[in-house]
Amino acid sequence: MPLSKYVRSTGLAGAAAPLLSACEGPQSALDPAGSAAALIARLWWPTLFVAALVTLLVLTLLAVAVLRARRKQAALPLNARQSRNLMIAGGILLPLAATIPFALSSFSIGRVIEAPVPDDAMTVEVIGKQWWWEVHYLDETGERIATTANEIHVPVGEPVRFLLKSDNVIHSFWVPNLKGKTDMMPGRTNVTAMTADEPGVYRGQCAEYCGTQHALMAFLLVAEAPEAFDAWLEGQRRSAMEPETGAQAQGRDVFLDAGCAGCHTIRGTPADGDLGPDLTHLAGRRTLAGATVPNRIGHLGGWITDPQHVKPGSRMPPSDLTPEELKTLLDYLESLE
Amino acid sequence: MTLETPATPHDRIDSAEQATQLERTWHSPGGLLGWFTHVNQRMIGKRFIITAFIFFLLAGILGILIRLQLAGPEQQFIGPELYNQFFTMHGTVMMFFFAIPVMEGFAIYFVPLMVGTRDMAFPRLNAFGYYVYLIGGIVLFGSLLLSMAPNAGWFNYVPLSSKLYSPGYGVDVWTTMITFIEVSALTAAVELIVTTLRMRAPGMSLNRMPLFVWAALVMSFMIVFAMPAVIVSSTLLILDRLVDTQFFIVEGGGEPLLWQHLFWYFGHPEVYIILVPALGMISTIIITFTRRPIYGYTALVLSVVAIGFVSFGLWVHHMFTTGLPQLGMSFFTAASVTIAIPSGVQIFCWIASLWGARIRFATPMLWVLGFFAIFVIGGLTGVMVASIPFDTQVHDTFFLVAHFHYVLIGGAVFPLIGATYYWWPKITGRMMSETAGKWSFWLAFIGFNVTFFPMHQLGLEGMPRRIYTYVEEMGWGDLNLLATIGSLVLATGFGVTLINAIWSVLRGRRAEPNPWGAPTLEWAADSPPASYNFRHIPVVESRWPLWDWEQAGERAVVTGLRHDRREVVLTSVLDAKPVGVQVLPAPTIWPFVSAVAASMGFIGIIFHPIFFVIAFFLVAFTLVAWFWPRRPWRDD
Ligand code: HEM
Ligand SMILES: [Cu+2]
Repeated sequence: MPLSKYVRSTGLAGAAAPLLSACEGPQSALDPAGSAAALIARLWWPTLFVAALVTLLVLTLLAVAVLRARRKQAALPLNARQSRNLMIAGGILLPLAATIPFALSSFSIGRVIEAPVPDDAMTVEVIGKQWWWEVHYLDETGERIATTANEIHVPVGEPVRFLLKSDNVIHSFWVPNLKGKTDMMPGRTNVTAMTADEPGVYRGQCAEYCGTQHALMAFLLVAEAPEAFDAWLEGQRRSAMEPETGAQAQGRDVFLDAGCAGCHTIRGTPADGDLGPDLTHLAGRRTLAGATVPNRIGHLGGWITDPQHVKPGSRMPPSDLTPEELKTLLDYLESLE
Repeated sequence: MTLETPATPHDRIDSAEQATQLERTWHSPGGLLGWFTHVNQRMIGKRFIITAFIFFLLAGILGILIRLQLAGPEQQFIGPELYNQFFTMHGTVMMFFFAIPVMEGFAIYFVPLMVGTRDMAFPRLNAFGYYVYLIGGIVLFGSLLLSMAPNAGWFNYVPLSSKLYSPGYGVDVWTTMITFIEVSALTAAVELIVTTLRMRAPGMSLNRMPLFVWAALVMSFMIVFAMPAVIVSSTLLILDRLVDTQFFIVEGGGEPLLWQHLFWYFGHPEVYIILVPALGMISTIIITFTRRPIYGYTALVLSVVAIGFVSFGLWVHHMFTTGLPQLGMSFFTAASVTIAIPSGVQIFCWIASLWGARIRFATPMLWVLGFFAIFVIGGLTGVMVASIPFDTQVHDTFFLVAHFHYVLIGGAVFPLIGATYYWWPKITGRMMSETAGKWSFWLAFIGFNVTFFPMHQLGLEGMPRRIYTYVEEMGWGDLNLLATIGSLVLATGFGVTLINAIWSVLRGRRAEPNPWGAPTLEWAADSPPASYNFRHIPVVESRWPLWDWEQAGERAVVTGLRHDRREVVLTSVLDAKPVGVQVLPAPTIWPFVSAVAASMGFIGIIFHPIFFVIAFFLVAFTLVAWFWPRRPWRDD
């Protein structure tokens, strides 16, 4: 269970668990950790209750009608007036009574959720790729100050504005524990804002079908105390660590020579490809390949040798390295804190 | 032409020779070549129904394969490439090649019978529509066998479906086949509208029309107004892909959202195009198995019409997450929840009709009762997703997959199977086994709920739709396994009906003309109906003509139609007063040839534009032959 180390507990496991743990899970809309998701979850429970009530009512009426028909002597049919009243009560008043409060409360929740955030809120630009997430942190002037991929850190308790973009197909940005989804439409920038109220690691996943590996296009959202976040961001702004050992230096050369640099950037080195994720601080990330496998050396080696095995269809080609080259490369990558 | 009131039997009015002559006139030629010339509405309707059910079977198998792949986390059974083709094909085939055509098929078969006429207004067009559908379906499935099936989802969003992100022929096949279906649906719709409005039996004023006929009429108008939007969008996409126009390409100033508006402007009504005829089937079955007039005929008609109208104002609720302005979208929330009212009115009219009735619990009625349980849940989750904030959480998740299967299977397939049991004796002249019917129902009902109910929770737990796999720590494995087990039970349930049907054709008990004691005109014809449907066109005096005749012991019919050519009575739109006689065309091969020529063009342009020119002239030629004036003696 590689992910469970850093993703919220999945609650009980086992056969009876699904119903008990109805609202838990690493990616559950009903396990809110942010105000938007909390409001929506709060809308859900009364809605479910009313829906269950309506279902029960209709099916009970139906059951009574049917069961009475099975009895020996026929029950009395409704006369015209009774039928009309039943139709008006059930067909018009009941839907109105059930849906008007529901619609009104969803309007007002919508207004709260989409209320503008303060201008000085932190802004993160997220760009949907096939099939991973490019993440840029912006300063007040909109300049990119740090770049990472597939893992977004935010300070707890502070609203964060996300600028959502795509330069390819449509994706959808979604962290169910925090808020509903917003699409990433090519040619426009959608904006969504959310606040994580509790520290934790939440999982987000692409919610608009975007091609072959739509299934494994996920990311982690790490909500941490503001100080920890600041330290993290500071780290992300820096260029990559210089190799400290000979093996690491060799690994860097492998990286530059074996074609990796054509697609990946490692800031502070000549590698400045932009087709794949920025690897400047790869070792600090918790997962690989869009939150598909944990970032451990074994998985990293497996991914580099044969990405198509881990994530068939991925845009990363396999590489043909000698065991020695691979070992130094991994050494180097592991050092990129 | 005169109206007379003879008692049955028919022989009082005309001789046995005349009956033979009538049979000869309306006869469909035999032989293999003859098969391609048939134009009678019952032939065409039956073909639509059978072909559509074959597609249901094929798409159902894809559904099961999808479920097998999802049964556990990180399974290797089907890879992403194939899985994406599977769900795209499953959705496309279910929606376009099963649900709409099967409803059209039932309407084509039963509307003329229910309004008491001998064929449809444009029999050759009818045949043309069928061949276009058949060819389209075969090509689409052929593409799956060649492993070049479309894989951009059943709503085929741009830019994923553009040439850049979907190279290869898959999406071309998709857009082209959708065009086929549009053409076929439009021909059926026009056909049904004219037949319903102008060919009803004398006396069947609009307010005496059977509820299924009303539903088919509303469905047809919806097709006429909805289909053009998808014709436009798929044509623009074909142009983008084949001749590099830029309608949807951002870099060229195009707009991907345009596709979504056009598609859903069609796509939302399309769901109701499937649902509305099913509502008509439910009313029909309830009337017959409660053996009394339904309560709220007018209310039922008005609600179906209202559903038809309102469904055109809802399309944006498929686009709540695209970043459109909140206020504008709120309008669509309001419009979407209002659908609850006409649906509620229908449900409670039916409950009022069932209350205190002597219900006969035959198989068709069972499927209708199953419909209630499932459809109410599907309708309520539908209201839920009309809420913008809630929808942003469940949109594109398995909650949605659960919702629309509750509506589509519960709302359309269950009534459809019920209607199949109900009308089976009319179509085939044989009864199906009641015991097998009940087994089939219970298996399908339980299997359905076990399959789809857990999906609500999966969606709330964050499982997106259209994913071929999921990592183990998501904790979605147990419910998915349950759903997969359910789908096997569900498939077994439908399988029992299939076996029941085959068995019935081979050795089912012979059916009388009216085995269920129903009140509508189709049951006045033989089982199966003769090629001319009715020996004498009936005259109608109420909504329940067969019950009237039973009481009166006699019936009024129209006499004076000629036996030596295909004559039908035309009546006025509102009150069905006879106004004339129309001669319908006879069997011919040309609609088939024409459909083949048109298909050559549509399919050919995927490969080379020259096919457009070739097909243009071929079709023009076949149309000339098709409309070649009939011999004068047949046309006086
Ligand atoms: C044997 C019964 C059926 C089973 C087991 C089944 C199963 C499924 C499943 C699991 C999906 C989700 C696939 C995914 O998101 O990865 C799906 C999608 C879908 N189903 Fe079904 N289904 C059945 C019958 C039907 C019927 C009767 C209809 C319509 C009349 C239908 C229409 C659709 C549509 C439109 C989609 C969406 C396809 C897409 O995402 O493009 N299904 N089905
Ligand atoms: Cu995506």
